[in-house]
Amino acid sequence: MNWTWFHRLGSPPSFYRFAGRLAPWLGGLGLLLLAYGWYAGLVLAPPDYQQKDAFRIIYVHVPAAAVSLSLYVLMALAGAVALIWRMKLAEAVMVATAPVGASFTALALVTGMLWGKPMWGAYWVWDARLTAELVLLFLYCGVIGLNAAFDDARAGARACALLAIVGLVNVPIVHFSVEWWNSLHQGSTILKFGKPAISADMAWPLYAGLLATYCLCGHAILRRAQNELLLRERNTRWVRELATELGGGARVS
Amino acid sequence: MSPEFWKMGGYALYVWGSFGIAAGIYLWNLIAPRLRRRAILETLLDDE
Repeated sequence: MNWTWFHRLGSPPSFYRFAGRLAPWLGGLGLLLLAYGWYAGLVLAPPDYQQKDAFRIIYVHVPAAAVSLSLYVLMALAGAVALIWRMKLAEAVMVATAPVGASFTALALVTGMLWGKPMWGAYWVWDARLTAELVLLFLYCGVIGLNAAFDDARAGARACALLAIVGLVNVPIVHFSVEWWNSLHQGSTILKFGKPAISADMAWPLYAGLLATYCLCGHAILRRAQNELLLRERNTRWVRELATELGGGARVS
Repeated sequence: MSPEFWKMGGYALYVWGSFGIAAGIYLWNLIAPRLRRRAILETLLDDE
């Protein structure tokens, strides 16, 4: 197999250009899908027979919860690559993923509380699923804080990578908590074998919202990784050329 | 949209609260990297 494309992508200037081309498409597609998903979820989908209109919170809660786990796995994988191969791009991706993941973990928790109050009668219970998701938020915050505490970006990235990899043990705990323990949280609606436990006109807005959220997270991570590369490579020629190219016009005017 | 739609069957606070906060998070994820890019480019230009 030919790996030159991989090595080329791994070089910061190549990745910077690649991300710059890909990000607008992900952002545009994500916004379109999100508009459809939210419109169909709020207007077109019928009320649930048990939860009535409150079930519509699923269209923001489930995508947020799904990416909160996926992005953690991405962050830990990037951390492992950064640790093993000392790859700058992997460090940038890891550091870029943390704030995006943290924001959607917080969103999953808050929308879960707003869903829990009318359905369970309480905003918060110290249930296995909820507690594990809260630990996930702390892990993200730990990576962000640890990274900010280091003056040397490369040393900071190594510490963050270790924390991210150790914290990976929490991901299956979050995912399987509703099966392992007697949880107040309902079981999985989509990610299970056999037919999904949801009718088609309720399911499609959810699939659209999920895909939209992955696209928009991809967009945000690419943009943030670009920023990280600019900072880490600020003394190289390609960044200097890029800065004068982009800033030159603004200077003159 | 009818007034009934905005009431969300009595769950307006929870449904609209969730979507409102979600809109804020999505928007922040779109805007924050852009602002940071601008700040980084400015410091890079000042360095020269």
